[in-house]
Amino acid sequence: MGRIAKIARRTFLVGAAAIAGGVAFGYYQFKKPVKNPLKEGLAEGEATFNPYVKIASDGKITIIAPRAEMGQGIMTTLAALVAEELEVGLDQVTVEHGPASGAYYNSAVLSENAPFAPFEHSMMKDSLRSVMGAMGKIVALQITGGSTSTIDAFQKMRHAGALAREMLKSAAAKELGVDVAMLKAERGAILDPASAKSLTYGELALKAAAIDPPSDIKLKDRKDWKLLGKSQPRVDMRAKVTGAPVFGIDVSLPDMVYGTVKMNPRLGGRMKSFDAAAAQAMPGVIKVVEIDCQFGHGLGVIADNTWTAFQAADAITVEWGEAPYPADTAGIMGVIETALNAGGGTALREIGDVSVEFADAPQDRLVEAIYSVPFLAHATMEPMNATAQFKDGKLELWSPNQGPTITRFVCSNMTGLDQENITVHTTMMGGGFGRRGEMDFSGYATLLAMAADGKPVKVTWTREEDMKHDLYRPAAMAKFKARLDADGLPTALDAASASPSVMRSVVRRNMPSMANAPLGPDKSITDGAFNQPYGIANQNVRGIDVDLMVPVSFWRSVGNSQNAFFHESFMDEMAVAAKIDPAEMRLKLMAEHPAAAKAVETVMTMSGWGKDRPGHAKGIAFCLSFGGWVAEVVEVTDTADGIRITNVWAAADVGIALDPDNIKAQVISGAIFGLSAAMGQEITFSDGMVEQSSFPDYEPMRIYQAPVFHVEVLENAEEMGGIGEGGTPPAAPALANAIFALTGKRIRSLPLSKEVKFA
Amino acid sequence: MKLNVNGAERELNVPEDMPLLWALRDALDIKGPKFGCGVASCGSCTVLIDGNPVRSCVTPVSAVTGPVITIDGLEKDGKLHPVQQAWFDEQVAQCGYCQSGQIMSAVALLTEIPNPTDTEIDQAMGGNLCRCGTYPKIRAAIHRAAGAGV
Repeated sequence: MGRIAKIARRTFLVGAAAIAGGVAFGYYQFKKPVKNPLKEGLAEGEATFNPYVKIASDGKITIIAPRAEMGQGIMTTLAALVAEELEVGLDQVTVEHGPASGAYYNSAVLSENAPFAPFEHSMMKDSLRSVMGAMGKIVALQITGGSTSTIDAFQKMRHAGALAREMLKSAAAKELGVDVAMLKAERGAILDPASAKSLTYGELALKAAAIDPPSDIKLKDRKDWKLLGKSQPRVDMRAKVTGAPVFGIDVSLPDMVYGTVKMNPRLGGRMKSFDAAAAQAMPGVIKVVEIDCQFGHGLGVIADNTWTAFQAADAITVEWGEAPYPADTAGIMGVIETALNAGGGTALREIGDVSVEFADAPQDRLVEAIYSVPFLAHATMEPMNATAQFKDGKLELWSPNQGPTITRFVCSNMTGLDQENITVHTTMMGGGFGRRGEMDFSGYATLLAMAADGKPVKVTWTREEDMKHDLYRPAAMAKFKARLDADGLPTALDAASASPSVMRSVVRRNMPSMANAPLGPDKSITDGAFNQPYGIANQNVRGIDVDLMVPVSFWRSVGNSQNAFFHESFMDEMAVAAKIDPAEMRLKLMAEHPAAAKAVETVMTMSGWGKDRPGHAKGIAFCLSFGGWVAEVVEVTDTADGIRITNVWAAADVGIALDPDNIKAQVISGAIFGLSAAMGQEITFSDGMVEQSSFPDYEPMRIYQAPVFHVEVLENAEEMGGIGEGGTPPAAPALANAIFALTGKRIRSLPLSKEVKFA
Repeated sequence: MKLNVNGAERELNVPEDMPLLWALRDALDIKGPKFGCGVASCGSCTVLIDGNPVRSCVTPVSAVTGPVITIDGLEKDGKLHPVQQAWFDEQVAQCGYCQSGQIMSAVALLTEIPNPTDTEIDQAMGGNLCRCGTYPKIRAAIHRAAGAGV
C-alpha cells in the first residue's frame, strides 16, 4: 500500500473515534453557530457580549475562562487574552470557569491528536488537523488537556475581547454623538479625547450588548500588547494564600450531607456480598448505598459528616469479585512483555528501510536496549470528590473536573435526565494532571445524590481510596535498536513501545456502548518517540496496543512520559556507544529543526555543559511534546545519604510566550512531577489490588530533595505550543543519564530507586 | 465540647475521636485546613495549637486544649499576614491546595527561627508535600518573609 493510502486509512480510523463520539454525545451541528450560554441566568442590569464576556451596569466585568484551573495558571492567561483586547486590567475583572457548554469546545485538543509530528505539514496533514479540530465543536468537547488551552484560545478569546470593545465603542459613539473612530478604549472606559468625556463600560453595557457585533475585527499587534507577553500576577493567588474555600472539597450547601465510597479494589471486579450492619448502626450514618456502574462496583455511605462516613465505610465487610487482569505485577508485566516480543503494532513513523540498514551492519555498530516503566498514580493533593443534588427532576453537580460537557453527558446517561436538566459547576482543582478528566468521582456523587432524598451530598474519597482507584499512567515496555555510522551518528532507528491503550480505556468507562468499537491506533502509545525532531534517515517507530484491563488514563504528558524516557535514554546509549558527547550528537541530528537545536544549545550554555564540578555529573534530555520544545539538564552528586539532585537547567520554547513567569513555573512543576516519578514512584499489584495506599508508599519529591532550578523561555518555534506538561518528559531520562554519567550504571527501568538510593 | 479557634470560642457537638480537621471543616465550616491524606504525611491540614504546627487530621478534637489558629485566622483587618504577603509576592501557589498547610508551617518556622537558612527551611518544611512543585518558590517566600520580619 502506498504511503498516502496508508496514512489516509490511519487517519480515518483515528477520526472514526471522534465521529463516533459525536454521535454518542448527541451533537451534530457543526454549521450551526453555538449559542451563548451566558444569556441564561443574567442578573438584572447584566449584559453579555459573547460566551466570554459579561459586563454589569454597576461596572463589574466578568471574564469566562472555560478551562480547568488545576494549578497551571490558565485562568490568568486566558483572562489576559480577553482583557488585552477589551482594554481592561486583570485587577478590574472577575474570572470564572463558567457553565458547561459546547460554546467552549476545544478544537486544539483533537488537532493535537492527529498522528503526525507537530512540525510535519502538508495539505493532507493540515486538512486532517482541521477536520479533527472541527470535531471538537461537533462533540461539544469542552476539555482541559493536551496542553492545548492557550493554543485553542489564542485567537478566539482575543477576538471575544475585541468584539466586546468595539460594541462598547459603538454604543459610546451614539451616546456622545461622535464618530466611533475618534474614541479610545482604556481601563474599562471609552474616552473621547476631543471633548475629554468618558463613559464607563458599566454605563454602556446594556446598550452595547444589543448592538450587532462587527464582522471585521483587527486584533492588536504584538508590539502593542500591555498584558500578553508579560508576566501577570495570578488572579487566583489571593484566594490561595488565604485558604479560601475554592476547591471542590470545600463546597458547602444548605442541608448538605456527606458521603464516601468503598469500591472494589480489584479494578473492574464486581461485589459478591457485603455486611453493612455495623456501619449502619453507627451514630451519624444515614444510608449505605450499593453502587454498580461502569466506573466500578461497591458501596457508598451517606452520613452527617465526612469522618463518620469514612469510619462507616471502614466498618463494612465485603467479599470482592476477581479482577479482570492478572493478579500481580509480574503477571501484568508478562502480558506487556509478551505483546512487545510478539511484534507487530502500528508504525506512526516509517522512513526509509531499517531492515536493509540492519542486515549488513557490523555487530559493533548496533545498539540495542529494552526499557520498562511502571503504572503511576496521579496523587493530586486534593483527593477525588464531587458534590451533587438530585431534586425535582434536575441534577446539580459541583465538580472539580477537566471535562464539564462530558461530565454532563455521562451523568445524563446515569440518571436518565436530559442534559438540559443537568447543571455542572466547575470548582477550582487541587491538582489535576489528567486525573480530573475522568468522570468516576462525578458519577459516584450523582448516584449517592439519587439516594439522598433531595439533599446535596458531598462525596469525598479517602486518600487510600484515591490511590487504589486511580486510572493509572500505563505501565509500558519498549525495545530500541539502532545502527551507527562511521561518525557515530545513527542511520537507522527501530523502536517499539507496548502499553495498554489510554484511549480505549477511557472509551470503555465513559461510552460503554462503544467499548469494542474499532478506535484506530492510539497515538499516545508511542507519543514522544515517533515524533521527535531528529534527522535519522531510516526510522520505524511502532506502538503496540496491549490488551489489558487495568484502567489507564491521561497522566501529565501522557505517552511522552514513558516514551521520552525510552527514547532519550537510548539517545544517551547511542552516544556512549559511539563515544561522542550526547548533547553534541543531538545537535547534529537536530540540524533541520532550529527551535530544537536552540533549546539544546541554550541549556548547554546555561548548565556549563562539558564541565562538571568535582563529584558532580550531568545528564541531558530533550522532548518535543504538545508543541513545546523542552531541553533539560539534570546535575547529580553522590552524598553519604545517597544521590542528590543539585541543579536542573531547562530551556523551553513555546513559540509565543504569553506569560513568561507562569511558563517557567510550569516547566519547574512539570520537571518535579517527572523527577518524583522517576526517583521512587510506582504502582504495583498483588491479589488483583494496588499495593500502594498513600504518600508514605508513593512518595513524591519533598522540599529537601528539590534541586535549584534555572529556566529560560525561548520563542524560536514557528507555531505556538503548550507547556502545562512539557516539563515532565525530559526529566526522567535527564536524571537517568546523569546517574549514568556519575556512576556508570545504566538504569533502563523506572523507578530509579530500585537500583540507586536517593538522599 | 468547647474549642477556641482563631480567637473565638466555639461550641461543638461531635464524636470525641473525630479529628480536629473534620471538626473544623464539617462542623465549624472553617475550610482553610485541607484534607490531603489523613495520616499526617502531607501536611495540608496543618494548624497551630498553642503556636505549634500540628497535623489536624490525626489530632482527636477532644485532645485539643490550647487555642487553634488556622490559615483563616491569619489575615488581620483585611491585611495579609507577612507570610501570606510573601507567598503572594513570590506568586508561590499553583493549584494552591497544599499552601494553607505550607503557610502555617512557615509561620511556625519563622516564629522559632526568624532568619532560617535553606537547610533549616528544608528541615522544617519537609513534612509538607506539594505536587505542583512549588518548593523553590516556597524557599524564596520564606526568605522574603524573614526579611520583612514576621
